[in-house]
Amino acid sequence: MEMALVPVAKVSLLGIPASLLAILIPLIGIGFFSYIMARRLIPLAKAKPDPRFDRPKQRFKNLIKFWLGQYKQPRYLVAGVIHMVIFFGFLILSIRSISMVFIGFDPGFVFPGLGGFLGHIYDFFKDYAATFVLIACIVAGIRRGVFTPERYKVPPKYGKDHTFEALFVLGLIGGLMIFESLYSGSMVAAQRQMGLEAEFLPPLTISWFFAKILSGAPRGLLQFLNTSAYFCHDMVFFFFLCFLPFGKHFHVITSIFNVYFSKLDRGTVKPVRYGVSDEELDDLDYFGVKYIEDFTWKNILDFYTCVDCGRCADVCPANAVGRPLIPRFLTLKAREHIFDRFPVFGEIKPKVPLIGNIYEEDEIWSCTTCGACEEECPVLNEYINKIVDLRRGMVDEGLVPQTLQKPLNALTKRGNPYGKMEKKRAEWTKGLEDIEVKIVGKKAQTETLYFVDSATSYDERANEIARSVVKIMHACGEDFGILGKSEKDSGHEVRRFGEEMLFLTLKEQNIDAILNSGAKRIVTADPHAYNGLKKDYEGIPPVEHISEYILRKINEGKLRFKPIEDPALVFTYHDPCYLGRHNLVYDAPRQVLDAIPGLNRVEMERHKDRSFCCGGGGLMLFYEPPEEEQRMGQVRVKMANEAGANVIVVCCPFCLTHLEDGVKTTRFEGKIQVMDLTELISKQLIIE
Amino acid sequence: MEILVCVKRVPDPAENEIEINSDGTDIERDDLVYSVNEWDNYAVEEAIQIRDKVGGSVTVVTVGDEEADEVLRREMAMGADKGLHINDEVFEEADGLAIAKALKAVVEKGNYDLILTGAQADDGAAQVGGMLAALLDLPYASLVNSIEVVDDKTLKVGREIEGGNQEMNEISLPCVLSIQTGINEPRYVGIRGIRKVAGVEIPEMELSDLGLSEDEVAPKVKRLDYFVPEMGEGAEILEGDTEEIAEKLVELLKAKGGIK
Repeated sequence: MEMALVPVAKVSLLGIPASLLAILIPLIGIGFFSYIMARRLIPLAKAKPDPRFDRPKQRFKNLIKFWLGQYKQPRYLVAGVIHMVIFFGFLILSIRSISMVFIGFDPGFVFPGLGGFLGHIYDFFKDYAATFVLIACIVAGIRRGVFTPERYKVPPKYGKDHTFEALFVLGLIGGLMIFESLYSGSMVAAQRQMGLEAEFLPPLTISWFFAKILSGAPRGLLQFLNTSAYFCHDMVFFFFLCFLPFGKHFHVITSIFNVYFSKLDRGTVKPVRYGVSDEELDDLDYFGVKYIEDFTWKNILDFYTCVDCGRCADVCPANAVGRPLIPRFLTLKAREHIFDRFPVFGEIKPKVPLIGNIYEEDEIWSCTTCGACEEECPVLNEYINKIVDLRRGMVDEGLVPQTLQKPLNALTKRGNPYGKMEKKRAEWTKGLEDIEVKIVGKKAQTETLYFVDSATSYDERANEIARSVVKIMHACGEDFGILGKSEKDSGHEVRRFGEEMLFLTLKEQNIDAILNSGAKRIVTADPHAYNGLKKDYEGIPPVEHISEYILRKINEGKLRFKPIEDPALVFTYHDPCYLGRHNLVYDAPRQVLDAIPGLNRVEMERHKDRSFCCGGGGLMLFYEPPEEEQRMGQVRVKMANEAGANVIVVCCPFCLTHLEDGVKTTRFEGKIQVMDLTELISKQLIIE
Repeated sequence: MEILVCVKRVPDPAENEIEINSDGTDIERDDLVYSVNEWDNYAVEEAIQIRDKVGGSVTVVTVGDEEADEVLRREMAMGADKGLHINDEVFEEADGLAIAKALKAVVEKGNYDLILTGAQADDGAAQVGGMLAALLDLPYASLVNSIEVVDDKTLKVGREIEGGNQEMNEISLPCVLSIQTGINEPRYVGIRGIRKVAGVEIPEMELSDLGLSEDEVAPKVKRLDYFVPEMGEGAEILEGDTEEIAEKLVELLKAKGGIK
């Protein structure tokens, strides 16, 4: 093809061949970038191990779904769509940008595979891609700079606003689009002027506009614009590449790895140290995370990858009620700390404890481990494992609030957080008039074991759940029993509050008691026990939640219900975190409710994987945060009211307590009732 | 600063249901769980914090049977440097004075600048601290809720007094202080911490090691009876709905001069 303009590679700038510059810019850019990346890898290398190289098929699937497919993005529609346009645009344009670099010293360069027809198709799409990306950048810039959604705001104690960096990067991206299009547009304008064959520019793209505008421009100007657009693109491109690892746009590089190595097992908690067995724990110098190096390499990668999108903070119940925890800043503070201690230029600084320097104790205790943040994160960052590891570090130092020390001591001494006598663990059975509950062990064996756990055993209100479970199982003709005083707290929260050794003791005692009972399956009505037995215990029979059990029995035809008589009752179902998000049991309780004739059910805006935590289970019941504007339970009750419900059905003893307290302490007393699914079912049962 | 903290193993009322046994001679002890007396735990935390600031060492001492070893280990897991266990059958029936005498002997064997006790014990009579100070002829402050080390001869101590008021005193060392809860936030001790000190040797002392005779520690206070007092008269339960109850309460308070 005859060329109307001198190609960049042949241009000479003040006597220096431009091709030399076109080689130097990438060389310097890549050199710097490699150095920066090498420095950024130091913290990962110093961090603790984490075996994330297993199950490649599943990981690859995640990569397709969450990285390439941007699966989480549309959960926030406007921001999500804008991001997807920029993301896909970038993917398409990466080929063009790489080709541009080569063209600067090799004018005939064609990207492998894009020589013929494919190349034309590619050019067609890349011009539209550039145009859409530019539009997306402008929209994003206006949204960010003018309207600034609440979740991007930075509270004063966390430093300066982040808008400048965001706008600066949008400017860089926009610049890349404009320079690339100006380069093509000026070239096409010159070709057309000379009556030479010109590349086809798709209508209404930026390059199409440039070619139009420049159609009458003098050749000299076109040559100048073409060469300058090339070098501007080249410099912005390599500047951007080197700028990425300094802030939130690091995700452009790291997110692909972050998604691939993301956590695969919901509801689990990492061991104290990978590669150290329970028996070897005593040999460790200390537990948990005290210094940044105590995090795993994947945790560090999480910190690098955070996009500062604020979605975690937006859905966090602790943040919503004004507790001193904003998940977003848990990550951002760590990243700043890493950048400060391991600077790109200069010496690595000595280590400092995280608690007291970048984190406050109550910030870490404020988390209910509900998992809302993790569910929302577009790059699949984790929070719970980090929180648990930081708590392990605090427990190791003895930094435990007095409000939590009492229940922990009681758990050590009595196996329940209330400090009640072991022999009273089955006292709730006395409230059952005509059903005898079998207490099982070595002598009295059972098919089905009902694991009650502490709250349901000892809390007077929650005792109703236990009695309802018994009535339901009895109606199904089930051979079942309970462990009585040999049952200990499942330790689910003990573990998540960082007291690993106490958890191991409780677990050992429970496994022993469960195996002695000869049970073939376990049923529990407490989602925390459910998650604990399923994820934290080994070698015990399969575990079922009571909602799944009831659904199974309905399907087997063993349970039938009376219709709801009062037409004024509007039910809503509140998803407990450890049944829903951590175990994906969303449908069973809803199907059970819908099996009751005449039951009118509505959904709250935040339901299923966006459910709003009631205030937390287990030890969270005892924790008193120093700052809190309102209770999570109160917020949740208001949400139920907004949905038009007057009965909140829960599936967890802690949700029952928190939401009932929420009703009692708001204007909804007497207007909204809270009940456990088991209570409703046992009330509606048709006993034949 | 060399600090001695006197601690005691007690049934914690938060984790036990205290009932009187059938003979009425003692509480039912079959199903009790024990811990370190809460006030003593605050005293140990305070001692550790003082040591961490000005240096020195913290020794914890207890008078008790074999089982009492566990509270010493717990306090050592917390950070106390040494433990001393006075274990002699003769103390089973001991009264406060006998315990104070035993502790006095321990103090005299050491070289302590500061002796701390809890303000009281869950199962005690809040008497040992004061007696110990008197026996040692040392200055004493009770119900201490703040300690500041002025120099190696003087402390500034705060005391809680009636009506939520606060009193500040200077006290010369050596001295005995009885510590009130709330003076600090005692650190948590987990199973792991206790395991770490499981193998540490804790010296045991008998009566003879203390240079005391059985006569000297023979109890002079004897418990006669244990019982739950009968419900007295004078209590009135207001009935009606919330508003009625509130109205009646206001009337009563006005009538008795509680409000004007």
